[in-house]
Amino acid sequence: MKKLLILSTALTGVAASTASADVTVMSWGGSYAVSQVEAYHKPFTAETGINVVSVDADNPATPIKAQVEANNVTVDVADVEYADAIRLCDEGLLEEIDPAILSAAPDGTPAMDDFLPGAVTDCAVATIVFSTVFAYDSSKFSGEKPDSIADFFDTATFPGKRAMRKGAKANLEMALMADGVPAADVYALLETDEGVDRAFAKLDEIKADTIWWEAGAQPPQLLADGEVSMTTAYNGRIFAAAVTEGKPFEVVWDGQVYEYDLFVIPKGAPNLEEAKKFLTFATDTQRLADQAKWISYGPARKSSGALVGMFMDGKTEMGPHMPTSEANLTNALASSYEFWVDRDSELNERFNAWLAVN
Amino acid sequence: MADATADLAGASPAKLTTADGRPLKSALARAQAKARRRAFLLVLPLLLFIVLTFILPIGQMLHRSIFNDGFAANMPQLTQWFVDNPVGTEPDESAYAALAADLKSAAEAKTIGVVGTRVNYEMSGTRSLFTSTGRKAKNFEPPYMQAVLEADDKWADPQLWGTMRQVSDAYTANFFLAAVDLARDTEGKIVQAPEDRRVYVMLFERTFLIAGLITFLCLLLGFPIAHLLATLPLRYSNLLMILVLLPFWTSLLVRTTSWIVLLQGQGVVNNTLVATGILTDDTRIQMIYNQMGTIIAMTHILLPFMILPLYSVMRPIPPSYVRAARSLGASSWTAFRRIYLPQTLPGIGAGALLVFILGVGYYITPALVGGASGQLISNLIAFHMQDSLNWSLAAAIAAVLLAAVLVLYWLYDRLIGIDNLKLG
Repeated sequence: MKKLLILSTALTGVAASTASADVTVMSWGGSYAVSQVEAYHKPFTAETGINVVSVDADNPATPIKAQVEANNVTVDVADVEYADAIRLCDEGLLEEIDPAILSAAPDGTPAMDDFLPGAVTDCAVATIVFSTVFAYDSSKFSGEKPDSIADFFDTATFPGKRAMRKGAKANLEMALMADGVPAADVYALLETDEGVDRAFAKLDEIKADTIWWEAGAQPPQLLADGEVSMTTAYNGRIFAAAVTEGKPFEVVWDGQVYEYDLFVIPKGAPNLEEAKKFLTFATDTQRLADQAKWISYGPARKSSGALVGMFMDGKTEMGPHMPTSEANLTNALASSYEFWVDRDSELNERFNAWLAVN
Repeated sequence: MADATADLAGASPAKLTTADGRPLKSALARAQAKARRRAFLLVLPLLLFIVLTFILPIGQMLHRSIFNDGFAANMPQLTQWFVDNPVGTEPDESAYAALAADLKSAAEAKTIGVVGTRVNYEMSGTRSLFTSTGRKAKNFEPPYMQAVLEADDKWADPQLWGTMRQVSDAYTANFFLAAVDLARDTEGKIVQAPEDRRVYVMLFERTFLIAGLITFLCLLLGFPIAHLLATLPLRYSNLLMILVLLPFWTSLLVRTTSWIVLLQGQGVVNNTLVATGILTDDTRIQMIYNQMGTIIAMTHILLPFMILPLYSVMRPIPPSYVRAARSLGASSWTAFRRIYLPQTLPGIGAGALLVFILGVGYYITPALVGGASGQLISNLIAFHMQDSLNWSLAAAIAAVLLAAVLVLYWLYDRLIGIDNLKLG
């Protein structure tokens, strides 16, 4: 019966794992996956001789669940969001991770004290802090530039199409902040029906002008094509397009929603030992700092912060591009995984209904 | 041989036997059975293949749409309490004791999330109640009612107990109810889902409407092409045929993304129209990320499925029939309507059925070019398969879709007749 399930749920979209003891790491593709390949995979192979295969998914949590339930796990390590890490862990779909395998900071600080608060959970270890921000194409606005989250929803002052991620998460928070709700009150308000109604009412204002993206690589593409003038996006993607490809994209940090991205090991991973080795290696101080050379996501370890320097082009200071830098946190919201593990299905259902009705 | 003849002569004429004395009837049956077995062995691989990859998965899907033991399997004691006590019983100390014991064992087995997720499908916001109380459950002491309520007073909610009773039965019709925008209230009565969450019925309607429209467009575009292909001399028609088949062989994703390049706001079509002065920069037409994008791209992608059966039916129609009709005085329209069109009906039927059924199930193309208004029901099935991971609901919606297609197929059989279908 299990075998049949494998056949019938052909939704993993993942090539079969290779025969040798390679570690297969599933991530989000695009410039983010590149940063992981450069900062983690290549040095890991150089040091241990274990090959690392990088595969992509729109959201790795989905294929992980499908694979574990179908008992056909081909992925050893996956990169998932916080709410998904908690959810999958609670459902027994992930290997537990003993914090003892994590390496200490160079100065000897134990790993658990070195990681940012909440960055290590029963089943997951955070690598980066990323943020959902909005960005615009500066060539589209000659006069006044958008500088607050409210401007994203203001198509009268800043004309042009918008793009947002197709889903409730982060969109509802941003809508409320744009409606004048202080970041600290957003989740308390979203717990109430009025709060959710208010968020959707705000989204209604730009619904007709919005294109909905699903993969993280889409928003910079939509901006580059001139299809939209503003889009929400993962901050690192915009940074990559702006700095490495010289696109005239600007990130607006006001109203950003930031959270951890974590590494997990699916239950039944084919190369468990190698996966743990990889996890230890990839989450050490130097590796996390190295990743910031390739993409503007903040390392999840305190000791890595000091080692973050220049982008790989050797002239761009990374500090100001990090979601966690002081200047970018003036009106920022930490995504609440407690809220989203509970409300995800309900709010997405409502979001879908809202989206489908013209 | 001589013996046999002698036997035959001696026996009654009703009892024919073979040379070795066996009755002819059974010998014949045996020989035929052998041939049948051999024939069966030949089709066996295909049969196995179909059973394994088609019939079983569909059965599994149908089963999953009514079966979800996320609660029952992991909360056995509380499930038993629900069985022992009729609807309406106030949860007493024994109920809370069962709850506490189940929460404790589920938390230890790491299945508490499965339980919470199952209840959360029916009653939002309860998932963390299970996981957080589960973490505290190992320290519970009797009296359990007090202990559980101290951990979280939400456990006293009668609606929660009503929901838990509903989901404690692994077999449920709730997913089917949800798939047609219905729900159960706390007393178990079937009611309409809250208005802001009704989406599936509307999407079913939209899906069938768009698939019908696409079928019509394909017929409109495909009929003349198929006719041209069928009547041109072979060397020209082969060349044209390649033009039809080339996109047919190209990857679906490539074709869909090509349409994005062509149709988007700053795309080839809009740019050309602006450059030639037909449109201005402000009046660019939104042809993609809406219903129009879905219709254009899907019509193009499904067109060969209409042309090929039409062509295969038109090719053998002798042109002399229409000529004869014309020479007998029919106008060209009458000759077409009375002579040519009826002969192409099997091709039209086959093409329309193919395009329609493929169109009803399409999801990659609408997902990429459909925006919000071009989404079809299959996109929601994919959403529940891949994002919400509510596979039971996905299976229920898929089953409704399957049933609707079967009903249409049956109607088609009644109205036109399935024998009257020619695929090639």
